[in-house]
Amino acid sequence: MTDISTRVPHVMSSPGGRRRRNGGRPRVGTVAAFLTPFFLPFLLFYVAPVGYALWQSLRVVRRTGGQYGTSYTAFGGFEQYAQVFQNTEFWASIGRIGLFGIVQVPVMLFIALIMALLLDTPLLRLKAFFRITAFMPYAVPGVIAAIMWSYLYSPQLSPVVDLLEGIGWQPDFLGPGAVLWSAANVSTWLWTGYNMLIMYAALQAIPQELYEAAKLDGAGQWTIAWRIKVPIIAPAIVLTTVFSIIGTLQLYAEPAVLRQISSNISSTFTPNMLAYAVASGNNYQQAAAISVVIAVITFVLSFGFMRLTSKKAGL
Amino acid sequence: MTDPSVSRESRVSRTAVTALMCLLAVYFMLPVYFLIVAATKPQGDLASTNGLVFSNFNLIDNVRILFTRSDGIFGRWAVNTVIYAVLGAAVGTLISALCGYALAKFPFRGRELLFSVVLGGVLVPTTALALPLFLLFSETGIVNTYLAVFLPSIVSPFGVYLARIFANAAVPQELIESARLDGASEFRTFFSVAFRLMTPALVTIFLFQFVAIWNNFFLPMVMLQKESLFPITLGLYQWNGQTARAPLLQQSVITGSLVSIVPVIIVFILLQRFWRTGLAAGSLK
Repeated sequence: MTDISTRVPHVMSSPGGRRRRNGGRPRVGTVAAFLTPFFLPFLLFYVAPVGYALWQSLRVVRRTGGQYGTSYTAFGGFEQYAQVFQNTEFWASIGRIGLFGIVQVPVMLFIALIMALLLDTPLLRLKAFFRITAFMPYAVPGVIAAIMWSYLYSPQLSPVVDLLEGIGWQPDFLGPGAVLWSAANVSTWLWTGYNMLIMYAALQAIPQELYEAAKLDGAGQWTIAWRIKVPIIAPAIVLTTVFSIIGTLQLYAEPAVLRQISSNISSTFTPNMLAYAVASGNNYQQAAAISVVIAVITFVLSFGFMRLTSKKAGL
Repeated sequence: MTDPSVSRESRVSRTAVTALMCLLAVYFMLPVYFLIVAATKPQGDLASTNGLVFSNFNLIDNVRILFTRSDGIFGRWAVNTVIYAVLGAAVGTLISALCGYALAKFPFRGRELLFSVVLGGVLVPTTALALPLFLLFSETGIVNTYLAVFLPSIVSPFGVYLARIFANAAVPQELIESARLDGASEFRTFFSVAFRLMTPALVTIFLFQFVAIWNNFFLPMVMLQKESLFPITLGLYQWNGQTARAPLLQQSVITGSLVSIVPVIIVFILLQRFWRTGLAAGSLK
């Protein structure tokens, strides 16, 4: 089916009568030569680990005899998964990351949307400058961003803390209640500009004529932005939301760096940190089960969000 | 500026908009500005002087100390980073381009299925892959080598996705046909015709993959124990964890952070038209 549909423009575009008999269709061996350099590593380093994790997660370590017997691994069914779901640290890390995502993602995307809309209005000058400053953090890895911010959070070095103390406020960015939001700030700093640019690119693709009628009806920039621009770029907003959900569930580097200076971040602060901690304790099967659960949650949430929003938008 | 609606917008809202954007610009630049200031100070001034004001200029010395510390391990990390991120992205871009081009231009059975598998790969979180990969690699003995980080990094499903879109948009079928009529092999056609037309797109894919590898902290963290194999990010992370015991490391962490991000930021500013193309393609699904 797809074969025919893709061949139609192909046949039409070639000058009549000058085609070779097979329609210039490359041989199977040639196609394979183009595909193999990607698909072989893809199979080895993407598909195989997923399969391996699934297999490992179904196994358990047992011992012959008592506690000091020799250990061997055996098929354990869903035993590992049952353990994951009974693990209070697992639920605590999911709860933390859930709270983080519910607050950080909307805040970040709202700021990104406002910036994209403002960059798209004739109201603003120095657009290139604002665009570049916002996007600049994208070139900074999470670890280095977290190191930079941790200096701005630390009471000994931070000019921000000095400044706030100067106006009579004693902030404790690394305290038990605040540290999650300090990590959220690092993510917001890193990714707002990236998301802003995705939305801005979508805005720039809207034909200008669409605004003319609205202007004739007396609509101001504000009305045009909310009634026309935002609905049109809804797919871009959905895309950035999905990326952000995936990113939130992957959180590792930023809290790991903040953990170096704050005792209020445990080694199981996020699901990924928990998986790493469990793997470091040589419980590979349990770590594999946690990895699988994280991947499934990521997939369900991002896919579910895409489905939900595309239905709502009537697509 | 010739837009008639502008004159109707009040000066107040224009000022408010500019003020808001300036505030956000300060927020985005603050950590980098702090880093620049801090990297020029001697260790002693870090805590005793205002973090936003320059004091004694000691940048040259800081850089010298950074590169001579622990037998020049920082230079080693820089070379490793180039191997992982630059070489990895280059190889990754090439194989993505070949695959994306074939998926766009060669009609063959199962093409859409293969493309769906690649798209599924975009959604697989790379962090969730790192631990199983470690287990797999430890059985083959690749763990704790360059290959352990390099090989998984060259795979970019997103790169294939972009390459397919760009090949469809940038390479006219007529050109491929006429190259074929001239007797060129498919590879020859790809490298001498398609590759040139796709060059701006390939730069975009390279940039995206470079950032993905440069940002991927979990994979090297899981795979590497040998310090001499670390990328800069992992090395700085380790130093940062030792500052409580060795306070003098603090200045090297700061200088090292600056030395590693400033060139990348500059390259990104210079190449901004490329990543804007990529973002536009990513948003028009």
